[in-house]
Amino acid sequence: MAANLPTQSQVQGGAGVTEPGIAHDEHAHHDEHHEQSFLQKYIFSTDHKVIAKQFLITGILWAIIGGTLSSLFRLQLGWPESTFEWLSPFLGKWIEAGKLNPEFYLALVTMHGTIMVFFVLTAGLSGTFSNFLIPLQIGARDMASGFMNMLSYWFFFLSSVVMFASLFIETGPAAAGWTIYPPLSALPQAIPGSGAGQTLWLVSMALFIVSQLLGGVNYITTVINLRTQGMSMSKLPLTIWAFFLTAILGLLSFPVLFSAALLLIFDRSFGTSFFLSDIYIAGQALPNTGGSPILFQHLFWFLGHPEVYIVIMPAMGMVSEILATNARKPIFGYRAMIGSLLGISLLSFIVWAHHMFVTGMNPFLGSVFMFLTLIIAVPSAVKTFNWLATLWRGNIRFTTAMLFSIGFVSLFIAGGLTGIVLGNAALDIQMHNTYFVVAHFHLVMGSSAFFGLWAGVYHWFPKMFGRMMDEKLGYVHFWLTFLGVYLVFLPMHYVGIAGFPRRYYAWTGFDTFSQFADLNKFISAAAIIAFFAQFVFIFNFFYSIFRGRRATENPWNSTTLEWTTPVVPGHGNWPGAIPAVHRWPYDYSKPGAAEDFIPQHVPYSQTQSSNLPYEKEME
Amino acid sequence: MSTISTTQAISDSALDKPRTGTWDGGNEPFKASYGKLMMWFFLLSDAFTFAAFLTTYGLIRHRHGVYEGTPEAFKFSTNYWPIPEKVFDAFPGLHGTHLPLGFVALMTMILIFSSVTMVLAVEAGHRFDKKDVQKWLLWTILFGATFLSCQAWEWTHFITGTEEGTLMNDGTVFHGANLAMNQYGPVLFADLFFFITGFHGTHVFSGVCLLVWAFIATTNGTFEKRGHYEMVEKIGLYWHFVDLVWVFVFTFFYLV
Repeated sequence: MAANLPTQSQVQGGAGVTEPGIAHDEHAHHDEHHEQSFLQKYIFSTDHKVIAKQFLITGILWAIIGGTLSSLFRLQLGWPESTFEWLSPFLGKWIEAGKLNPEFYLALVTMHGTIMVFFVLTAGLSGTFSNFLIPLQIGARDMASGFMNMLSYWFFFLSSVVMFASLFIETGPAAAGWTIYPPLSALPQAIPGSGAGQTLWLVSMALFIVSQLLGGVNYITTVINLRTQGMSMSKLPLTIWAFFLTAILGLLSFPVLFSAALLLIFDRSFGTSFFLSDIYIAGQALPNTGGSPILFQHLFWFLGHPEVYIVIMPAMGMVSEILATNARKPIFGYRAMIGSLLGISLLSFIVWAHHMFVTGMNPFLGSVFMFLTLIIAVPSAVKTFNWLATLWRGNIRFTTAMLFSIGFVSLFIAGGLTGIVLGNAALDIQMHNTYFVVAHFHLVMGSSAFFGLWAGVYHWFPKMFGRMMDEKLGYVHFWLTFLGVYLVFLPMHYVGIAGFPRRYYAWTGFDTFSQFADLNKFISAAAIIAFFAQFVFIFNFFYSIFRGRRATENPWNSTTLEWTTPVVPGHGNWPGAIPAVHRWPYDYSKPGAAEDFIPQHVPYSQTQSSNLPYEKEME
Repeated sequence: MSTISTTQAISDSALDKPRTGTWDGGNEPFKASYGKLMMWFFLLSDAFTFAAFLTTYGLIRHRHGVYEGTPEAFKFSTNYWPIPEKVFDAFPGLHGTHLPLGFVALMTMILIFSSVTMVLAVEAGHRFDKKDVQKWLLWTILFGATFLSCQAWEWTHFITGTEEGTLMNDGTVFHGANLAMNQYGPVLFADLFFFITGFHGTHVFSGVCLLVWAFIATTNGTFEKRGHYEMVEKIGLYWHFVDLVWVFVFTFFYLV
């Protein structure tokens, strides 16, 4: 628990501020005295910045795996008549006489969803940036408990190992979809993927939830207790608000998935009937009676819906920050941005059943959930218009991070509009099992969150590694990805409206769908090209860690506290005292100011030329 | 590394000073250490886990048939949800006596008493009275362990069943209950009973382990050296939460 020493001293020191702009800090040099071994510094580190990098690099590895799986099933969907003998060195027995095994196709889809949603866009995104930015932006030396933070990563690592191992077992990984609906997932005799693969999936997710809990309580507590002097909740950068609320969503929704997983484990392994009733398999009646598979869906989506906001909100926060910085303008409607995050967080808990319109629920109940769902359009639109208003007449600098942030807004609008369509029970029942839904959520949450992740990496890379990523390669990465994403998902809406069903391994048996063969081929080609474009990013990322142009302390002329630390901050973040905070984080292009940005720690006494009337009153 | 030089003239102007309100940073707005806050948030999270289980209980019970006769004429059947006081009416050493909910009431009392002794341990910690902390922790451990033992008896009795058993739908007579068969009612009644009281029992067990650890640490003077007994307080929060959850479990399984 040694890691909390500096942060405690900061809290004690806060009471007696004597110097302008600097919180008194008696243990300021505490962290410089001891040398750490390699193991302490890079492997079992309690430093939030190292843990953030661990999450990021694990997340990147998972994204490569998740992307590879999607390329494999897109091959099948794009060229259903072809043989894939050339894949058998990689896939072994899953290629039978040149054809992809249908059971394995389901496993590919399941694992793609699980990996992308949980391992990349939850752990990789929140894990990286909540860890990296919360202490740096609120002015803390580390997380409240560095030890628990370390445990959070290692539980994630264990969970990753279990999930990764499940890819290689004989019966294949879980294959009941990332939503693992019973009875399919509950009965090992139903499909091979519901055997050991599903067990490993559940074990892995239980470990994952422990990791989320350890991380989540840390993020929340850190934001509440460890803000530096002057950093009130209404001076927090929007990134921190987003991470804070994301952590609260995770804290309240993941335990319910834990409950569902535990009940499912009992159904699978100990003969209970929580989710099972009246089932025949191969003509044999099962003894289970009285349970309800719909109950599982309720429990699952009580997590599952907040989960999509857990994925998107950190991206929203980072995009807000990056747009303001690179438009050289204050974020438009700072308080409305916070309010809309709060609104989205609250609503996310009471709309889960819109994923279940086709379960035969009472139409009245469906209308209630439809009404609540459509209300989410309000805070989402507030955010969107505020982003656009922030860009409006800004002095825009097109850094790579800025491009990805603008791309995020574009994808969020494009995907969000179809959300209004799907939120309607009557329309959803028509569209639910088509590619329209796939296209919708891949744009609004999958690709958007990925764009937020990339924007964050490009923007905070200098603070992480002390070097810049290459801008030219960044442009190549952006344009290939941005076009790729639209070329994949726009046609998918079209085939979806036409009724093309999702989850099908082969559609060639239906004449109706044969007219979509070309579009499917097109989607697959675009998806695979977009996937390979990611290697530009991966090269850029790893090359720049070692060979990138050296960064300065504050390369983007940004206002927030992380840019007041040294180029590569050490354990403890600030070598001297932690700066105190005097102003909000968005003083860009303030009229009368000497420069086009005023960092948060600059007191008003130093900016008299730009102080507004109400700020002058304090003189 | 602040860009403000420390040699700069110190002025008393309000423009130089950061604000110092409750939520203005540099302090603990809830007047609680990070450790205590973390315990609160963990409990909030755990409450959602239990809430999910109790919701499951409610929904599954709602799916099952209701007994419509008089309480006197009640007989066990897999066709309707049983009346709890007909199921839990035994008391150790009093075989054959009909004592509806007598034993579980005793268990509940014991657990509530353990909460009282826990409060006293925390209070002794505030007074920095090592002897008293030890004493009250020991009482809490004792009550906690007694509760677990009672639960073990209750489970054994539930698993063993009644002498006459119940005629099941397949024509055989079955005694007691397990996860796949249940003489008292629908199989899910037993599934939920084992699962939820088991999950709660696991929490009590973890609590007893924590208390034993806290007792050893108190005896070794660990908290004395640390200068505060906050760890006892944090375990106390957990213990009260587990007691509170029992009140809900008790209400769902035994009363309604």
